[in-house]
Amino acid sequence: MNERIKKLRENSLEAKPAVSSERARIVTDAYRRPEIERASIPVQRALVFKDLMEKKAIFIEDGELIVGERGPAHKATPTYPEVCCHSLSDLEILNSRPKTSYAVDEETLQLYQDEIIPFWRGRSLRDRLLAAMTPEWKDAYEAGIFTEFMEQRTPGHTVLGDKIYTKGLLDIKKDIEESLARLDFYNDPEALDRKEELEAMSIAADGLMIYASRYAELARSLAAEEKSPQRKKELEKIAEVCDWVPAHAPRDFWEALQYYWFVHVGVTTEYNTWDSFNPGRLDQHLYPFYKKGLDEGSLTRDGAKELLEAFWVKFNNQPAPPKVGVTAEESGTYTDFALINVGGLKPDGSDGANELSYLILDVIEEMRILQPSSMVQMSAKNPDSLLLRALKIVRTGFGQPSIFNSEAIVQELMRQGKTVEDARQGGSSGCVEAGAFGHEAYILTGYFNLPKVLEITLNNGVDPRTGKKIGLETGGPRNFGSFEELISAFGKQLKHFIDIKIRGNNVIEKLYATYLPAPFLSLFIDDCVGKGKDYHDGGARYNTRYIQGVGLGTITDMLASLKYNVFDQKIVTLDELLRALGQNFKGYERLRDRLLNKTPKFGNDDDYADELARRVFDLYFGLIDGRPTVCGGKYRINLLPTTVHVYFGKVTGATPDGRLAGEPVSEGISPVQGMDRKGPTAVIKSEGKLDHIKTGGTLLNQKFTPQLLADDEGLEKLKDLIRSYFKLMGHHIQFNVVTAETLREAQKHPEKYRDLIVRVAGYSDYFVDCAKELQDEIIRRTEHQAL
Amino acid sequence: MALNIESGKTRACPAGLIFDIKHYAVHDGPGIRTTVFFKGCPLHCHWCHNPESISPDRELMLMPNRCARCGDCVRACQYQALAQKEDGEVVADRSRCTLCGDCERACQREAISLVGREMSLEDIVAEVEKDRIFYDQSGGGVTLTGGEPLFQPELAEALIDRLHQAGIKVALDTSGYAPAEVFLRLARKSDLILYDLKVMAESQHKKYTGVSNRLILRNLKALDKLGRPIWIRFPFIPGVNDGQENLKAIADFLLELKSVKMINVLPYHKGGVEKFHRLDRDDEFEIFEPPSQALIDSVLNYFKERGLVAKQGG
Repeated sequence: MNERIKKLRENSLEAKPAVSSERARIVTDAYRRPEIERASIPVQRALVFKDLMEKKAIFIEDGELIVGERGPAHKATPTYPEVCCHSLSDLEILNSRPKTSYAVDEETLQLYQDEIIPFWRGRSLRDRLLAAMTPEWKDAYEAGIFTEFMEQRTPGHTVLGDKIYTKGLLDIKKDIEESLARLDFYNDPEALDRKEELEAMSIAADGLMIYASRYAELARSLAAEEKSPQRKKELEKIAEVCDWVPAHAPRDFWEALQYYWFVHVGVTTEYNTWDSFNPGRLDQHLYPFYKKGLDEGSLTRDGAKELLEAFWVKFNNQPAPPKVGVTAEESGTYTDFALINVGGLKPDGSDGANELSYLILDVIEEMRILQPSSMVQMSAKNPDSLLLRALKIVRTGFGQPSIFNSEAIVQELMRQGKTVEDARQGGSSGCVEAGAFGHEAYILTGYFNLPKVLEITLNNGVDPRTGKKIGLETGGPRNFGSFEELISAFGKQLKHFIDIKIRGNNVIEKLYATYLPAPFLSLFIDDCVGKGKDYHDGGARYNTRYIQGVGLGTITDMLASLKYNVFDQKIVTLDELLRALGQNFKGYERLRDRLLNKTPKFGNDDDYADELARRVFDLYFGLIDGRPTVCGGKYRINLLPTTVHVYFGKVTGATPDGRLAGEPVSEGISPVQGMDRKGPTAVIKSEGKLDHIKTGGTLLNQKFTPQLLADDEGLEKLKDLIRSYFKLMGHHIQFNVVTAETLREAQKHPEKYRDLIVRVAGYSDYFVDCAKELQDEIIRRTEHQAL
Repeated sequence: MALNIESGKTRACPAGLIFDIKHYAVHDGPGIRTTVFFKGCPLHCHWCHNPESISPDRELMLMPNRCARCGDCVRACQYQALAQKEDGEVVADRSRCTLCGDCERACQREAISLVGREMSLEDIVAEVEKDRIFYDQSGGGVTLTGGEPLFQPELAEALIDRLHQAGIKVALDTSGYAPAEVFLRLARKSDLILYDLKVMAESQHKKYTGVSNRLILRNLKALDKLGRPIWIRFPFIPGVNDGQENLKAIADFLLELKSVKMINVLPYHKGGVEKFHRLDRDDEFEIFEPPSQALIDSVLNYFKERGLVAKQGG
């Protein structure tokens, strides 16, 4: 890392997240302007976006090569009152909470009190959304059966394909003109809507070009005053780059990166999209520019690396938008999940790894920052050397990159109906979610608490935490004559809550399509321009909605315990077991020991338990997969948690697997923390029994002691472990390489471990920034040691 | 001799006493392996890190760190072989214990157990076949270790045959202390032999392991002629076998052989010490000081200088 990058990186690490009121002010002012008030909703949104791009503060930090940022300063984080209008108490909580806080100044509080809140209260999408939900939905939401992704943030969750590397915004505007010219006002009842949408897209494109030209001007004026000849030249180059992109297709490596970054700023300024937009297959997209630069002599390997590192810092300057309430519980992190993909396949099915893949891995290792997150796609066609290079970074213990199976991703996407080429150009984003990059809206709608539904089943529809009846009466525990009857009752209960969730989702999907179209994002995701349809309204080529199942390990162990101890071995009656759960095992310690130690558990290659994981999986899949969404998409499942397994655990009482009330449930598809006792091969065998291809992503966490990976032989064996998992068609695996002892020390002396980064779910985070319960949970995950 | 655990009972296939099967064993031969631990060993090394492997019988093991001091095991015992001290700690009178297993079944925390499980060939094969995909991917396989696998030769041989039929590679980890005929028959069938060399001076070998090393050295020479690859395992115990004379004798001996591919220097660690206590056998073993990395490096360097391939760990 050179001096410039070191400085940029340090400045990024030192910047403290703060709430910036700039965006809220510009948006609110814009909505009051008569020409905006009168416009159609899509055009209204585009004009607001254009206003933002014309008016928001711009700056170029000394030494920067890639320019533009979402806020007026590093980590100055805008708010999105049209989506979620924070109350004064929300802002105070953001300012003062111990973890993931954002500084809020007096001026912002004043502005919110005087302008923002009075204007947006009742009009924000969140207010509309909560008002539109049924009492059953509210009960289930409050009980912690599921979460709702769209109550504070907009759908987002998509990744850029290769479009911008061949088309400038002027080219895209031409495409818009053609779509407009094709509109059939005589036969297409939606032609008028399409016209408004297409015009909105065109205005949004202008907005970003204006923003870039402001940067070109700023760079030129700074260059004029610059004393250092080297920096002067750089600033002139920046001006030249910003004059060209995003209006035109990029001509070189630098322009390609800057174009992407302008689009990123645009997407994250338009809305607080979930799972921050990202460039996806970066090694594929940039390779032609890299090769051309080297061949012509206009670029060196070091020069490319410096530009990549300057680009990396920009992601880290943009923490996730502030979240409150349940949303903060389910995603308690500054990380905003931009996930760079390396490796994998080319659209023609050949090995996609190239020189840049390795250069990007060098960058990841050197930068060692939270954002962007990174992953390696491993196809059977990719060389082992790529995986070994990635594992050398994994070994340094900051949780990146995570490792994905290209073959599984391609099969998952094709099962959902994508073409083979679109599938191969896809990858994973967010935590582990598979998507057809550039062509798909694959929106996560909320986490679903599987163990809680079983808890409610065992209590005949009543949530034992509140005593409130929120589920179906599927029979009291005494009515379950057999394990099959219990499973059947659980299946009914599951359907009940999934139906509630989907009904809510459908209302929300409609609300976004109607009130908050995203004309800017729609410019980049095919086929929004071609169809004249918004991203939020089914404009993408593929439209997918996920409900993310959580706690597979916990519910499997709950069922295994019930089957084994109550029905098969008859060691305890269901009544007695429920009494023990009601007492949180107080007075039932011996019974709890048996449930923990002498009962089959998921993750040990034991079919007794693993078969039950498959049954839960099949039930969940069967109730969701293929159901239609309002805008023409399909519902699918995936299995991942972010941080919600801690929240879902808090709302769930003691469980038949011996888990105490309030403890986290298992995360992703990982076995219950500490219950995988037969080593990593057994875990992988158990996980391999799940049909990953029927999901859009599964998340498996493993923890290794550094000692096990200390030498190259250890890495080779880890590589073979991963390759074997992928032969079993596992989707994803990630590692924490740190001892439990170190983590305990860090918990005791956070001041000494400020830089300790750990893998949480599909992302890494500073350990000291994680909530205490999450820290405990990470420590408890079984650590595989040398045998 | 084969162990006859429950005398008089005839079996359709060989069975024996196994005290552990470990998956993802990465230090016992190439690739990802599963290690089958045979119980019973003719040697009695003072530093043994698996002291539960020595006795050819099942034995009671207490794990106080897991114990809830609830007394369930004491109440379950019909022979008054268990008692609780005032502070609740469980102690065993092994002379009364009949190895019936009631205590193990009564304990809900796996704090008391009978080490050694009688397993049939089929049981073992079923367990190790689970990880076939990892062997295929990594060039790994199954390692027979112990204890001393040659102490239960019928089972060991049948297991090697069965695994070979299934296309799984087998490594034999042995002290070499077995009748030459038995040893060579099994070695010929193995894909790799992990062979222990501890101390070269016979008197010292006797002192620290309880047996002479003449048979061991003779077997090694005979083994070398088979041409099977051999990895020498050198448990490195400071004060016992780190003398220059011993190192030189090992190197001299090995340089005469053709099939030795490598010498693995396995530094002493205190992993077994806690187990001495769990078995109430503290007095049978010694506690040594683990060697410093500098010391380990000097040994590795010495072997390398002599022209051997030397590696720390296996």
